[in-house]
Amino acid sequence: MSKKMHIKLNVNGKDEEFLAEPRELLIYTLRERLNITGPHIGCETSHCGACTVTINGKSVKSCTMFVAQADGAEVTTIEGIGGPDDLHPLQEAFKEHHGLQCGYCTPGMITRATKLLEENPNPTEEEIRFGMAGNICRCTGYQNIVKSIQAAAAEMNAAKEAAE
Amino acid sequence: MKDDISREERVDNLKGMGCSRKRVEDARFTQGKGNYVDDIKLDGMLFGDFVRSPYAHARIKNIDTAAALEVPGVLAVLTAADLEPLGLHWMPTLAGDKQMVLADGKVLFQGQEVAYVVAEDRYATADGIEAVEVEYEELPVIVNPFEALKSDVVLREDLVGEDGSIPDGAHGPRKHPNHIFTWDAGDKGTTEEVIANAEVVASESMYYHRTHPCPLETCGCVASMDKVNGKLTLWGTFQAPHAIRTVVSLISGIEEHNIRVISPDIGGGFGNKVGAYPGYVCSVVASIVTGKPVKWIEDRMDNLMTTAFARDYHMTGKISATKDGKITGLHCHVTADHGGFDACADPTKFPAGFMNICTGSYDIPTAYLEVDGVYTNKAPGGVSYRCSFRVTEAVYFIERMIEVLAIELNMDAAELRRINFIKKEQFPYTAALGWEYDSGDYHTAWDKALKTVDYDGLRAEQAQRVEDFKAGKTRKLMGIGLSFFTEIVGAGPVKNCDILGLGMFDSCEIRIHPTGSAIARLGTISQGQGHATTFAQILASEIGLPADSITIEEGDTDTAPYGLGTYGSRSTPVAGAATAMAGRKIRAKAQMIAAYLLEVHDNDVEFDVDRFVVKGAPEKFKTMKEIAFAAYNQAIPGIEPGLEAVSYYDPPNMTYPFGAYVCVMDIDVDTGVPEIRRFYALDDCGTRINPMIIEGQVHGGLTEALAVALGQEIAYDDMGNVKTGTLMDFFLPTAWEVPNYETDYTVTPSPHHPIGAKGVGESPHVGGVPCFSNAVQDAFRPFGNRHTNMPHDHWRIWRTANELGLHD
Repeated sequence: MSKKMHIKLNVNGKDEEFLAEPRELLIYTLRERLNITGPHIGCETSHCGACTVTINGKSVKSCTMFVAQADGAEVTTIEGIGGPDDLHPLQEAFKEHHGLQCGYCTPGMITRATKLLEENPNPTEEEIRFGMAGNICRCTGYQNIVKSIQAAAAEMNAAKEAAE
Repeated sequence: MKDDISREERVDNLKGMGCSRKRVEDARFTQGKGNYVDDIKLDGMLFGDFVRSPYAHARIKNIDTAAALEVPGVLAVLTAADLEPLGLHWMPTLAGDKQMVLADGKVLFQGQEVAYVVAEDRYATADGIEAVEVEYEELPVIVNPFEALKSDVVLREDLVGEDGSIPDGAHGPRKHPNHIFTWDAGDKGTTEEVIANAEVVASESMYYHRTHPCPLETCGCVASMDKVNGKLTLWGTFQAPHAIRTVVSLISGIEEHNIRVISPDIGGGFGNKVGAYPGYVCSVVASIVTGKPVKWIEDRMDNLMTTAFARDYHMTGKISATKDGKITGLHCHVTADHGGFDACADPTKFPAGFMNICTGSYDIPTAYLEVDGVYTNKAPGGVSYRCSFRVTEAVYFIERMIEVLAIELNMDAAELRRINFIKKEQFPYTAALGWEYDSGDYHTAWDKALKTVDYDGLRAEQAQRVEDFKAGKTRKLMGIGLSFFTEIVGAGPVKNCDILGLGMFDSCEIRIHPTGSAIARLGTISQGQGHATTFAQILASEIGLPADSITIEEGDTDTAPYGLGTYGSRSTPVAGAATAMAGRKIRAKAQMIAAYLLEVHDNDVEFDVDRFVVKGAPEKFKTMKEIAFAAYNQAIPGIEPGLEAVSYYDPPNMTYPFGAYVCVMDIDVDTGVPEIRRFYALDDCGTRINPMIIEGQVHGGLTEALAVALGQEIAYDDMGNVKTGTLMDFFLPTAWEVPNYETDYTVTPSPHHPIGAKGVGESPHVGGVPCFSNAVQDAFRPFGNRHTNMPHDHWRIWRTANELGLHD
């Protein structure tokens, strides 16, 4: 056991401060220390993306990042994307287009999709498939995930146009 | 009384069977509010995990736990010696064998559980595992079942007498110390005679490689023994929570009423979560020993290396036919690699599952199947990965044999299928290996599929491509993959289907609330299939209350009625039937209440969508909502208050969904990369409950089929090392590798199922694997390819091209 480090994080808009071992992985900080259980563990090798969160504006797989590396960062998880009273269009679209089955990959999938649409508000199907390739789903075969993201993009673009 | 809405609107309001109702599960999953087993956190909860064997076959000379117990946070280290006084160092398997919970003197596969470390958190547990010293003495390793049957090396000394005798196993005589069983079906003599005298015979050997269901969530549990009231609560990733409760009771001696098993949300199962694993047993023991809740969660490597492999069948076939292509006989021998313990998850009387459905969709008069189960130094398992008990192996076998026979006959494989299909008028049809197919209309489905894809046009295009390839105009070949499958699902009739003696019925219990909403509980458990959505639809249509007013609950053995769980596409065929039958009991009582309220005889009212109406006077009616209120709040002579029902459904037969699939693929012969240009899937699952969910199941099952056919495997080296223990090596397709699928359907209702439904979740996997494989093989058929084994990864496809001289 090594000396604990003083860590500060902002998670979903809330400041957190604690002591953690240098080896503590961010996914365990979120799930076990902070009780934020939306991000899941599927592989612990960065392949499946169930643990995807947004850190300082980038999609990151939190199972292979030490919390020490995230010191001072802003972290957004599925819990920070939308709740019962303010669902994100992606959350609506995944339900509407049957973009999920067991739900285990869904938080990471939607979290990743929010970044994809931020970076590219009008993605082609190919761009969606490429941009989502870091997130594995075992249930849906992806067809309805692609459809959900396309529908959310259209919805978000229409809302943006209406606002302008 | 007058209605303000039309009958159509009343039907729509129910959101009953046949509509694409949106899923009620999705609100919590899309917001990260699912409740999976690893999300469970209890006061004082400890974490347990395993010391695992690095060797595939070794004797354990010594286990030293002293240093581990010194590690800060570590509370206990369990070994077989600690479990032995409790009789828990071995446990029964689902297949009638027994399996070590913790290594008892030796290990039989890499990753086997050797000791269980319990500590305050995951990190302390990992530190403790590092500190356990195990002294091994390596033994010769056997990873090939054919070698195992010749070897002097005895893997299971516990199954050999001191005089070297080989006692019978759970499935009869064994012919070698490493042999588990021989199981056969059909008429051996006649089949051999028919084949010996046939005009045409095609023979082929094929290996259906070992793979793994690999749900995104691994297996795990939380065990909590409350010593004050003597109750054990066990949360876990259980596809069969009630069966787990019974098994835990039988092996622990804790009375069944003192055990509560809860399957919370499950992150995919696909067969992986049917079995009972050492992690469950050790967690229960650790909770009893420490008096605290104990959590165990597999990591991905544990999952791929130790729990629930699938397939691993070496199959040899002979198929005979007239020179016109009418099939006359089929012979199949399987050497089944079961690993170190026989833990296959099959109904007890079927040690090779339903492999005896291997005559497929064809009218084959004579057949014989023989399966030899064999021990090797590989992980135990043998689960049905998105299929019903070895049906995937059976369908792969027959659909490859058909292709090989087509080559032998120089005949079109689609036509060969057509002339051998069981005809519509032959149903119910008894197959040569014993099953009675309940219903089918194969010709209609096949013709629809071939017409939709313009089969003749595809063949013409393929012929042109071959010409162009030979002329050096292209380096891409075109393959047309065909498959027609018949599944056998919905296990099953208690007369021949049980697991460890537990009959495979299922159940539903309905409670209607006074204000006209309801809760229904079932013996099954969803792992993503959307039961909370679809079972409410069945009930809505049966009892006339809106699906949105019906809560579906599963997975808690303290509240749900007993049932055998969800796998083998059995939920809709068995629990779905129980749901409809329980609904009909509700309706029968509602009819009496309605008649009383309307002051007519019981037989003078009839059910109409959401109400009972007086026959011939539709303006006189009582809605189900009104009836529910009256059931609780009005004194009705001769009728008990309340409106509840329970049904335990023992199906009279299995159901037999079928489908016709076509895959069009381009293959780059220089890189071995296949590109799926088109995939058409026609499924007939009988009555369709929710088309949106059916389509989703088909997409998912096809993608798992793509994975298995095109790259996914659990591979071992000669030392028994697992070469595919992480997602780096074990292929799970991403959005990038997966095509869009075209789905289609016909509807041939099951004649014996109350609503005519047959189950669909596994069909696309069962039919998809041979379809993808046939597409690859078909591309090389013009160049002399007859059969190559899966998985068809890029390298293996390249090698096929190379062996056929296409790189010369």
